[in-house]
Parts: sequence; structure tokens; C-alpha cells
Amino acid sequence: MNVFEYQARDLLGQYGLPIPVGGVATSPEEARHIAERLAKGPFVVKAQILAGGRGKGRFLSGFSGGVRLCSHPAEVEEIARVMLGGVLVTMQTGPEGRSVNKVLVAEAPQISRELYLAILIDRGRRCPVVIGSAQGGVDIEEVARKDPEAIHRIWVDPQVGFWPYQARELAMRMGLHGPLLNPAADVIVRLYRFFCECDASLSEVNPLAVIENEKFAVIDAKIGFDENALFRHPEIAACRNEVVEDAREAEALKAGLNYVGLSGEIGCMVNGAGLAMATMDILHRYGGEPANFLDVGGGADQNQVTKAFAILMADPKVRAIFVHIFGGIMQCDVIARGIVEAVSHTKPKVPVVVRLQGTNFEEGKAILHQSDLLIRTADDLAEAAQKAVAAARET
Amino acid sequence: MSILVDGSTRVVVQGITGRAGSFHARACLDYGTRIVAGVTPGRGGQKLDDRVPIFDSVAEAKQLTGCNASLIFVPASGAVDAMLETAASGIELIVCITEGIPILDMVRARRSLEGTSTRLIGPNCPGVITPGQCKIGIMPGYIHKPGPVGIVSRSGTLTYEAVWQLSQTGIGQSSCVGIGGDPVHGLGLREVIEMFDRDPATEAILVIGEIGGCEEQEAAVFWETSSRKPTAVFLAGVTAPPGRRMGHAGAVITGTSGTVAAKIEAFQAVGIPIILSPADIGKGMAKALAAAVT
Repeated sequence: MNVFEYQARDLLGQYGLPIPVGGVATSPEEARHIAERLAKGPFVVKAQILAGGRGKGRFLSGFSGGVRLCSHPAEVEEIARVMLGGVLVTMQTGPEGRSVNKVLVAEAPQISRELYLAILIDRGRRCPVVIGSAQGGVDIEEVARKDPEAIHRIWVDPQVGFWPYQARELAMRMGLHGPLLNPAADVIVRLYRFFCECDASLSEVNPLAVIENEKFAVIDAKIGFDENALFRHPEIAACRNEVVEDAREAEALKAGLNYVGLSGEIGCMVNGAGLAMATMDILHRYGGEPANFLDVGGGADQNQVTKAFAILMADPKVRAIFVHIFGGIMQCDVIARGIVEAVSHTKPKVPVVVRLQGTNFEEGKAILHQSDLLIRTADDLAEAAQKAVAAARET
Repeated sequence: MSILVDGSTRVVVQGITGRAGSFHARACLDYGTRIVAGVTPGRGGQKLDDRVPIFDSVAEAKQLTGCNASLIFVPASGAVDAMLETAASGIELIVCITEGIPILDMVRARRSLEGTSTRLIGPNCPGVITPGQCKIGIMPGYIHKPGPVGIVSRSGTLTYEAVWQLSQTGIGQSSCVGIGGDPVHGLGLREVIEMFDRDPATEAILVIGEIGGCEEQEAAVFWETSSRKPTAVFLAGVTAPPGRRMGHAGAVITGTSGTVAAKIEAFQAVGIPIILSPADIGKGMAKALAAAVT
């Protein structure tokens, strides 16, 4: 789960990381008030969306830049008025862009150097890795491609932990010496503490700026959290209401379903993540486009199947629904009753194609056929996928 | 022969009094698995269905029943504790079904298991089965049949689909191992492939991978040097949207290695055939077997 920059700032601030003062606004007036309260300009106004590349982004209105410098509170208000309610398109948003509902207003310090700092889990080595580079403020993947030597890594033994000498080693490799060395190590150690104590999956500060030649400032931060650990961080879990932008995903979250919204026309309901991905793949093979990834899980009951149907059908792009269940723990006859119940209850206006395989699949199929509902079935996976693609083309 | 488990494996179920634990303990018993003990702290002295004794600790269960494998259904907040307890008692194999374990907990668990003789399968996995002998997990037992193909997979229901297609095609399985879908987990693709390579009962190998990480590439390297058994690979997620789970800086570590395209390339480089459609897994494996015979 990724959070907005303004939320990341709050959380990092609690760990003593140097955050330029500022606040978040939902109206132009509020943005102006925040600027007026700050000691001095210049100010920066930043559109809050969950995607990078904001600085070089462009609003659908034609206004350019999701990050703008201003010298007066009045200018802050003006810029906030243009950004709020607008749709910002960046390299990472896709052409449809993201709506801007909040802007961050903060002091814009004079920056003398821009560095890169991040912590994440190295899956291969099964441990956290702290990454630093003297080349900050730019696309780090670009740096990795052009100048891999410029990226420095410290792997952390989880049994030993991360110690200041390691932070100093990384800071020195990032070119930080003299009066900057200890403050830099302090920033790195604090970020590591944050990463572990908050169960982050990614903590990226880019850029980490050197200001006034002696201090550091977190100019931008991208923070993601391990969803599996949210149960022990209620305050972070609360950010979730703000960050789920897709209405379909918000509904699915409430129903406890694992859902990712896509842009195609075939609504998919599958049990198991691997099978759900394979189902998307085979629809593509036959020229169809999935509208979503939806894993109802291994133990979904009738209630969840009904909710899943409601979510699929609420999507206006959906032209056919494809239900693909391999009954292991889930028995196909139970699922079939759930499907019949859901279809008679929600009355979908689009064709429904079902493939049931595994435990009690014959009984399941019989239940579907006896229901008088227009549910199409197939035994073979390829045949089922072809039927789903064809059904989506009918309407 | 088989890998990891067989008819002599003696299993303790941790979390046996829970809903999932008791349900699957019964299903494993019905399959013929020797479930010899259960553990739920505080419930020692009771029995499951008058036949499986329940203990307060794994050490006690091991001492009194001689169990040598553990099946874990303990909820995510206590699952790592259960794993470490099992390892401390010297049990050789842990199969952890639990999903939703925090990744930093798994990082510490894996580090703690280093240097011990305990092997971990999972978490967030369907488990391991040697058809006709022993099922330690939540997979539907009846779809399997004994035979020559060893399956290793990162998925659950997709593996059932693959097993189903193989069995329908008349191809049985030596053992099937679901290594789990979490980023940090126990035995990896490569380690299981090496076991299959050494196992005389396994004549061919089916690998089911998916997007994310680079275990597939690490596994593919194996065929550069090893004597080979016929192998086929299916990879899920070729059309998955990028970036939904993988952070910006994650790409620094793995580059583009998380994509299916990169994984396909790795297997093709060592001459392993890729099955492109999930509907063709049975047929693809049959073809790989036939090619090996001629």
C-alpha cells in the first residue's frame, strides 16, 4: 500500500527525519493560509497523487507541472486553484491521469546538493537493503542503467540489525564527508528505524537535499507499506481510506476481496492469484481484455461471490462476466449455488460464462443448468476463455 | 521414492483446533497421511476426533509421537513463532499454509532457520503431496495420481489445474510442491528442482512460475550444468500490469527481471520449452515427455 506524500511526511516526521514545514490543503484558500503561516518563501505547491513524475506532468486543462514554486501566498492560492480538481497526467499515470484532490504547500529551501536514499527488501537475499546515491532528484532507474557504479548498497543482516557505522559507510560512498557525515548517518539510521518499526515495503527519499551547506531535508518521499503487517499498525491502516482511488477497488476492499481494476471488458472472478493471472493471460490469447483481476480466495462463501458479482457488474465497461473456479477446498456445487443466487439476485445485463473444475464439478454444472438462468458453461479452459471473449463481443 | 514426504512421514499439525487446522487435518487423515499429533498451546491432553492426541508444545509432541514434519495453520500473527518452535525441536520439515505473514517477520524467520536442519515450505502455499502416500497441505488429494512428473509451483489453484490436466492426460506425479506466493519464503524453485533431479522416481519436471522476483532465472541456470530430465515451464502473469506491487526502487535491484518475458528468455536460453497457454499444461508436459523418449 503506497501512501500520499503528505502522509509519508507526517510519518517520517515522527521518526525525526528533517521535513520542510508545510501542510496539506483541499481548497485554494486553505493553501494560501498555510503559506501565510510559514515563516518565509519561496513556497512549493505539490499536487498529491499516487504516481511519480509530477514535476514534468501536465494537467488535462493544459496547465503544466504538478510541482510549482511560488514566491507569495497569493500565488500559492492561484496555483492551488488550478491544481485542485484537475487531472494530472504524468509518465506513470497513463493517459487518463489522476484527479488532484489535495495539494501540499511547504517551504522550498535553497538546495545545494540532491542525493538519493531508499530502503527496501531484497527478495533474493531475503534481507533489507539500504541504497544510496550521490545522484538524487532524477529517475533512479535511469541512473542504474547509465551509471550502475553510482548506486551504493548496504545489505542488513536481520539478526545483527543496522548500525551507525554502516550508515556512515553508505554516506561516505555517497560523497558525504566532514560536517555532513554524522548528520547524514543520523538521517539514514532514522529512515531504517522507520522502515522496520512501521513495516514499510519501500522507503524512498528522492531527493534527499543538502540545504544551507550543512543540513539535510527530505524534499520528496515515496513510502509503501507491507499490507500483511497493517494489522499491527492501525494508524497506518487508517491511511487506506485516503489512498484507494479506484471506486471498484474500494468496494472490493470492504468486501475482503483481492481486486485490481484494469481497463478491459471481461469481468473476471477466479479463485487463487496464480489461476487469476493465468485466466487474464488466456483471455488475452483469444483477443479479450480483462476488466479486472479478482481473486475470491480459497474459502470464499456465497456472500462473497454475491459481492464479487455486484462489483463486476457495477463496472460499466464490463460486457461479459467470466467465472473461473477450480474447486479444491471450495466445492463446485457450493460455488454453483452462490452463482445462481448472485445471478438471480443481481440480474446481470451481460452474459455470464462459468467454468467449474475440480471437487464436485458435475454437481455444480447440473445446478447451473437447472437454474433457468442464461449461464453458459464450458469444461475446458481454452473453450471457456473463447466463450467469454465471444460473449463480450455480442453486446 | 519421492521428495520431501512419503508414506513413512509422521506429521504434527500446529493450530489443529482451529477451523482450517481441524478441517485439513481430517482431509489429510482421509487421504492416508499419518497425522500423529496436533499442537495447540493450552489444549494439551485433548484429542481430535478421538484419534489425534493434542499437545501443548511441539517438543512434547515430538518426544511422545516421533513426528518428523509439521503442518502449520497458526494465524499470521503467530505463524513465525510456530515455525521457530518447530525448528527448535529439531523437526526436519515445516509446511506453513498460513497467508498474510509480514515480510519482515519472514526475513527474520528465514535468517533464524539458516544453519538448522529444518527445511521450510511456504508460507502462503498449498503444501506438498506425494500421491498415494502422503498429503501435507490443503490441495484436493483426489486429482493427483502417482507417476513420473515432479511439479514445483509458486501458485495454489493454478497447480491444481495443472495436476488435473496431467492426470486427465494419464500422466501421474511423483511429488508436487507448492513453494508459496510470498516474496520471502522457504525452499525455492531451484532447490526443489535439484531434489527432483536427484530423485529416481521423478522422470520429468514441471515448473509453474509467475511474475515478480527472479527465482525462475536462478532456477534456469541449473540446466546449464546439470544432467537433465525432460522439463516444461508455465509462467503466469504475462499480461499483468506492471508496478502494482513492485516499488520504484525495487526495479533498481531486479531491473526488468520480474517480468514474464525475462523469465521466458532465461528458460529458452537453456533450451527448456515454455507452455504458452494455461489450457495446454497437460499437453505441453506430454510433449516434453515424448520428446525425451525419442
